[in-house]
Amino acid sequence: MIPSRHASANTLRRVAQTSARVIPSAVSHSVAAVKTGKGLKRGAIPAIGHLEDLRPHARAFATATGSPSSPLPPRKPHFDKILVANRGEIACRVIRTAKKLGIKTVAVYSEVDADSLHVQLADEAYCIGPAPSSESYLRMDKIIDICHRSSAQAVHPGYGFLSENAKFAEQLAKEGIVFIGPPASAIVSMGSKSESKTIMSDAGVPCVPGYHGTNQDPQYLFDEALKIGFPILIKAVHGGGGKGMRTVYEPSAFFDSLESAQRESLKGFGDATVLVEKYIERPRHVEVQVFSDTLGNTVSLWERDCSVQRRNQKIIEEAPAPGLSPELRADLSAKAVAAANAVNYVGAGTVEFIFDNDTHQFFFMEMNTRLQVEHPVTEMITGLDLVEWQLEVAAGNRLPLTQSSIPMVGHAFEARIYAENPRNDFLPDSGPLLYLSTPEPTHTFAPSLPPMSPATSNADLSHATILAPPTNTLLRIAPSVRLEQGFTQGSQIGVFYDPMIAKLVVHAEDRTEALRILRKALDEYHVVGVSTNIEFLRSLAGHQAFIDGDVETGFIPKHREELFPPLPDPSPELLAQAALFAVLRDHPEQSTSPWTSLASRRFGGDVYEHIITLQTETGELEQPFSVHVKSLQSGLFDISVHSTPGASPTEFHAVAAHLASATSLSTTLNAEAVRATIVSQRPPPHVPASSSPHTMERLHMFSGGRKTTLVLPSPNWLISLGGDVLSAAKGALKAPMPSLIVDVRVSVGEEVEKGQAVVVLESMKTETVLRAEFSGVVKSVGCVKGEMVEEGRELVDIEEGEL
Amino acid sequence: MRSAIYRNILQAPRTRTRTRLYHAAVLPSLVSPSSPEFLAKAQAMDQAVADIDAKMAEVRLGGGAKAADRMRAKGKKLPRERLALLLDRHTPFLELSSLAAYDVYPGESVPGAGIITGIGRIAGRECMVVVNDATVKGGSYYPLTVKKHLRAQEIAREHGLPCVYVVESGGAALPHQANVFPDKEHFGRIFYNMAQMSALGIPQIAIVHGISVAGGAYVPAMADENIIVREQGRIFLAGPPLVKAATGEEVDEETLGGGQMHSSESGVTDHLARDDEHAIAIARGIVGDLGKAGGKAVPPPVSPEEPLYSAAELHGIVGTDLRQPFDMRDVIARIVDGSRFREFKKEYGTTIVTGFANIHGYPVGIVANNGILFSPSALKATHFIQLCSQRQIPLLFLVNVTGYMVGSKAEKGGIAKDGAKMVRAVACADVPKLTVVVGGSFGAGNYGMAGRAYSPRFLWMWPNAKVSVMGSGQLSQVMQSVSRDPTQHASLKAEIEGQSSSVYATARLWDDGIIKPTETRDVVGLGLALAARAGVAGTTWDGGRKGYGVHRM
Repeated sequence: MIPSRHASANTLRRVAQTSARVIPSAVSHSVAAVKTGKGLKRGAIPAIGHLEDLRPHARAFATATGSPSSPLPPRKPHFDKILVANRGEIACRVIRTAKKLGIKTVAVYSEVDADSLHVQLADEAYCIGPAPSSESYLRMDKIIDICHRSSAQAVHPGYGFLSENAKFAEQLAKEGIVFIGPPASAIVSMGSKSESKTIMSDAGVPCVPGYHGTNQDPQYLFDEALKIGFPILIKAVHGGGGKGMRTVYEPSAFFDSLESAQRESLKGFGDATVLVEKYIERPRHVEVQVFSDTLGNTVSLWERDCSVQRRNQKIIEEAPAPGLSPELRADLSAKAVAAANAVNYVGAGTVEFIFDNDTHQFFFMEMNTRLQVEHPVTEMITGLDLVEWQLEVAAGNRLPLTQSSIPMVGHAFEARIYAENPRNDFLPDSGPLLYLSTPEPTHTFAPSLPPMSPATSNADLSHATILAPPTNTLLRIAPSVRLEQGFTQGSQIGVFYDPMIAKLVVHAEDRTEALRILRKALDEYHVVGVSTNIEFLRSLAGHQAFIDGDVETGFIPKHREELFPPLPDPSPELLAQAALFAVLRDHPEQSTSPWTSLASRRFGGDVYEHIITLQTETGELEQPFSVHVKSLQSGLFDISVHSTPGASPTEFHAVAAHLASATSLSTTLNAEAVRATIVSQRPPPHVPASSSPHTMERLHMFSGGRKTTLVLPSPNWLISLGGDVLSAAKGALKAPMPSLIVDVRVSVGEEVEKGQAVVVLESMKTETVLRAEFSGVVKSVGCVKGEMVEEGRELVDIEEGEL
Repeated sequence: MRSAIYRNILQAPRTRTRTRLYHAAVLPSLVSPSSPEFLAKAQAMDQAVADIDAKMAEVRLGGGAKAADRMRAKGKKLPRERLALLLDRHTPFLELSSLAAYDVYPGESVPGAGIITGIGRIAGRECMVVVNDATVKGGSYYPLTVKKHLRAQEIAREHGLPCVYVVESGGAALPHQANVFPDKEHFGRIFYNMAQMSALGIPQIAIVHGISVAGGAYVPAMADENIIVREQGRIFLAGPPLVKAATGEEVDEETLGGGQMHSSESGVTDHLARDDEHAIAIARGIVGDLGKAGGKAVPPPVSPEEPLYSAAELHGIVGTDLRQPFDMRDVIARIVDGSRFREFKKEYGTTIVTGFANIHGYPVGIVANNGILFSPSALKATHFIQLCSQRQIPLLFLVNVTGYMVGSKAEKGGIAKDGAKMVRAVACADVPKLTVVVGGSFGAGNYGMAGRAYSPRFLWMWPNAKVSVMGSGQLSQVMQSVSRDPTQHASLKAEIEGQSSSVYATARLWDDGIIKPTETRDVVGLGLALAARAGVAGTTWDGGRKGYGVHRM
């Protein structure tokens, strides 16, 4: 219980209050619920005053719950100016709400972000250092200095970077600057896995049964495992990435698995300590969005399901979680509120649970003390602006709504668009956004929802009903699409930061409808320049198991086959369109001279035919496709597509085609009017031609919800010339992409052997080792350890020679 | 006509103001496309066009599949593939005399005379392209090959068109050397022309794709700038066997005249290419760098407009029987912009039609036959030609003439001197002339209507057209009266008939090619656009104080 918290509720507690953590001794579910109920009663009535100017339906609620009796505390004004200590979409997101509320914004940026969108959107912007985060976005001193220079009163940390850095929160407090987030103490408590679990167990929040103690005696651990019940998981305490982790299904296999886990842990992390936990075979990741104010009120904004993940990172999130009973939902919310209260939480927080799909049990995993990436799905179903709530709370005001009037309407999805290659183990990609075309967003913020009436009267205090969302069965909502983007066409998805390009958020009446909208929006999301997961997301959103709501964390490996169907050969229709694009865009500028207006005409005997060869990006094809295009008259073509060697070509007659824009081709193939978006990507001019498709012109085609990339092969002579350049530069190792030099392992004059590691690079959090292509002597070294290098920089030059 | 509709929809509003003159000038269409007469004529013309199409398709194959395969096997592009790569994509190509040498050399098939010539766009400029067809007799020069090459050069010179020679030729066809080598208009004239044009500022560019030997070696050597394909192009005055015979030296072709040697040692070539495609890419780059020397296209002064009536109807209007008359205005209505024809002296000398029009936006003065030329017709034509000459408006002759009127009345009326006025006016007209023979071109009418001898910039024939000193029937009658041997009369008539046909004429380069009636407007439009080019040097053959061209150093 937290009686002391309520007692001190009227004295403003901000981040500075770090010692107020009271660990409750034992809290039963019902007690927690009663507490929450009390919080509601207390919070709801006085809140009306400022609700009136925020949300119309709050008035409805006020009328419904009777007359307010307590005096209203004075409404505290918003900050005049805040600093956004982040970049990308979240910085833009925060700035948008700040603008809406009339709050001035200060952006900070690293040198490579000077032209980025968040800098353009903010009222003021300050450069805080070079590209690496450790020299810019993680530099607390610089950010605090900018706060003083710009007179920003508060800092919004976004997510990542400094958002869960207790020291930063403390330092800001010391400087008299408000940290828009929880108190440092809450960050500290939740930052430590073991401490947070103890706190949660004590607060009655269920944790995964397990032994996390120091006794590493095998027999003792075995006894613990028996107590937990098989299957169990043995995990290295210091482990990560699956190393030192063993799943044990039978007691008989326990000791062998323990030994190998310990051995691996010792080898990998220098410590053999393991823990033993209940193993959940079909886990789901379900999390609850909670919000607390400084006055002791905490509400749940319902849950999200983020089960489908890759590389242990979320890619698609939804709210509400599919297949939860109202009781289960209420229980989750109650536990999440209890968890927040247990650490005297303030602001936006997320309590993550692992949910056993088979038993419908859930266990506390951790609490994220920040606004999460996936917060928009909660916004969509509640019709709220969580950043606005954060600012409200940070200003010292009450939560704008009480639990019983927080809506839950429809279903929302968020798909994260990443620069990555799903077919190559989701490895991140970097590069410029050469072309970006998105679905037309219908909303900037969450759609506003009509007034809600509380689910039940206040008299009924059973948590199952209190924590049930208000219902309005008559409510019909229109589908909405919302985009959270931090980049525009031309932006560089760099190597320094997270490769997330944007978030696509949809909201509709129910899950099936929302998925339909999501699929459509993904079809319309076109990116050229970097590989993206858009097509993968599209397959995912169309996968029957996903549509059925049959989600779990192992969803991708489980359905890998269907999610990654073999890439079909491009259809004759697609090849015809690619060829027509190539033909039409090469048409000379129209003029009145017959020498251009009589395009492709032949007089006196010759016949015009244009053969376009195309190949796939993998270039595995022995025989490239060839498309013969015969120009009949202005805008009409006969096409024959030779796609399969030996087979007869596919013919299209009198095809009308024109370019509606530089990237949009309209054709009529087999009496079907087809519109395709085709974006040409030419190789950088300084890259010598080779047989690699990356040195050739690529056509990225978006047609019928698919992206296909075709390559226009370079002529042999160009490859031959490129070969000369390449062999002249033989021995010079160049940076294959913008990257960080992690290590330089040779020096000038040193002899190297073929295959010897010469330089180690890091790019997009992935290390690459450059090796000598032949034995020889190092002639020059063009980089130093720790330096950032641009693509194409010569790093080491090796002169071939006998050792 | 579909394209016409298409363009009408797409095009912005016209710039020409629609005045009353517009309506007055529009030619009416009085033809009845469903009449049996029309249908019969159309059928005959369809057949004539199909015959020409078939002949052109045959010629397009060059030396045939075997020769083509041989070239491909060596990694070479075929002549027409080279041509297609050389031209700007999706631009027109006006091929010249594709049926040259058709059925000319007994027992020998020399399609297209073994050379492809024509005008096309390269790097945004119109150029004369001369491509040796090595699939035909190794690209060697027959007498008509030389004639076709020279004619292409003449057109280039008159229009200031940069010349690109795509070379792969063994030189003169030795069995024909007497008709190839010694005379003024023979092989040597090719290089004389190159030197003259270079001096006149008309760039000469050569690409050596294969063997270029003896006389042929002088094409790249005389060029202002040239390219040779590595391990494929070869230039030498005498090949290895001749060298061995002459000096005893034993040497292989590549050492004697390969690209590497010529580019690095002799300096005979300027650019060394990896393959055919590369060489052509370099040539395109060179044309792009011609600067002011390349001349300049001039856009039409007004926006072009499609004619109001279908060009396909020309078949049924004209037909192939020259004895059947037709009104040339019906032809004009299907050729000129908006079918607008501002007729001059309409009521006078009615057997000739004169007037102003625009074709593809370019102004043109049209002289067209509507029957036998009488004195008033000749005078009217003379008057009109002088008008065009004064106004610098190019002339288009639409020819269907049986000649000037004969008989005592005509002679008394001075038809000879009136005809001479017209011939003089045509000969001395100070404007470009284009001639299209849509029917017959007989006798002195051929002269008055800018026949080949009057140096029109271009002369095209329709498939049905006939050229001879008089109509075949008339001619055989005259011949009969002279010759006593009646057995020869029938064969004589057939021979004359054959010799006056368009294919016979075009095979001998009496024209610049046979065109389809439906293409007339477009072909003439291209010709007018060339005639309008700016920066064209003078046409003197005597150097004209232009100094020398570019010496290869």
